[in-house]
Amino acid sequence: MSTIVFAGAAQFAAVGYVASGLAWPGIILLTALLNARHLLYSAALAPWLRDVPTARRAVMAHFLADESFALAISHFRRLGRGDERGYWFAAVVATFIPWNLATLAGVILGAQIPDPARLGIDVIFPAAMIGLAVGLITGRRELVAAIVGAGIAVVVALATSPAIGIVAGGILGPAIGLLVPASIAAETAPLGALESADRSLMPDSHVDVDPDPPRDPPGSDAAPP
Amino acid sequence: MSTNLVLLAILMFAVTYPTRAFGLLTPGLDRLPRIAFDYLQLVGPAVLAALAAVSVMVVVGDDDVPSFHVGIEWVGVFVCLAIVARRRNLFLGLIAAILIVVIAREAGYAGLPA
Repeated sequence: MSTIVFAGAAQFAAVGYVASGLAWPGIILLTALLNARHLLYSAALAPWLRDVPTARRAVMAHFLADESFALAISHFRRLGRGDERGYWFAAVVATFIPWNLATLAGVILGAQIPDPARLGIDVIFPAAMIGLAVGLITGRRELVAAIVGAGIAVVVALATSPAIGIVAGGILGPAIGLLVPASIAAETAPLGALESADRSLMPDSHVDVDPDPPRDPPGSDAAPP
Repeated sequence: MSTNLVLLAILMFAVTYPTRAFGLLTPGLDRLPRIAFDYLQLVGPAVLAALAAVSVMVVVGDDDVPSFHVGIEWVGVFVCLAIVARRRNLFLGLIAAILIVVIAREAGYAGLPA
């Protein structure tokens, strides 16, 4: 299942539902709901990977998960362009292979761990997700989207189900984040430099906007700060 | 895994793969207007924060009714957030989160998850 489905939250849920005897159509429906957030991930990655041939993008899609998305898009934003090799590294080397090896280890050794909850394993997923989210926050827009998305997700999850809450937060959080003026978002990027604002630029949209760059004094070859 | 569960995994793949491929394979989606691109760049932090928040704050009981949860996991996740924000080191943040939760549970200050 880890190889074919490759979606941790859905796998955990499915195991629980199978054990409780839930009918398959219910499991399939819940899997679709839980994984609906991948729609947003793939749409967000599309502009960065537009130069990759369609067949390879079709294969790339299977390896798209929370972790591979976060690692890949933060890498692209740092570079200011898409990077196919970087995507494969994030998706396969950093996520798919460890996930499947860990699954295998769990199958073989899991029974020897009397109570996994005592090891604090349950806190790893939310801690990793918030850590990856922090890595993507480069300005006020992202910060507002994350806070509002989390708040909406919890409220909707309590009213309906966690899967619907996550999708609602993922759709509405960015919409509220967009209300933050772009100029402020750029100004508050963490490094406080032009490069940090460039992280959020559309791929291949880098333009030299300074029509009259300052001239270095003759004989000076000092690098700009 | 029985043959039946392999079939279930294939069906789960069948409903998961289209959501992953939609954005990457839909023609024209890679040439969106600026506002749409800006929106999509905010999706990552929003979804990941939503996943984290729901994971620690919402618990689904045996009756399938979600309820609000307050626990030591909040502290672990918050400490991880602070470490990553300050040190840019996710590994260190995860170790700190795990240690906090394990120590609190072993010391009896927090219960095991349901």
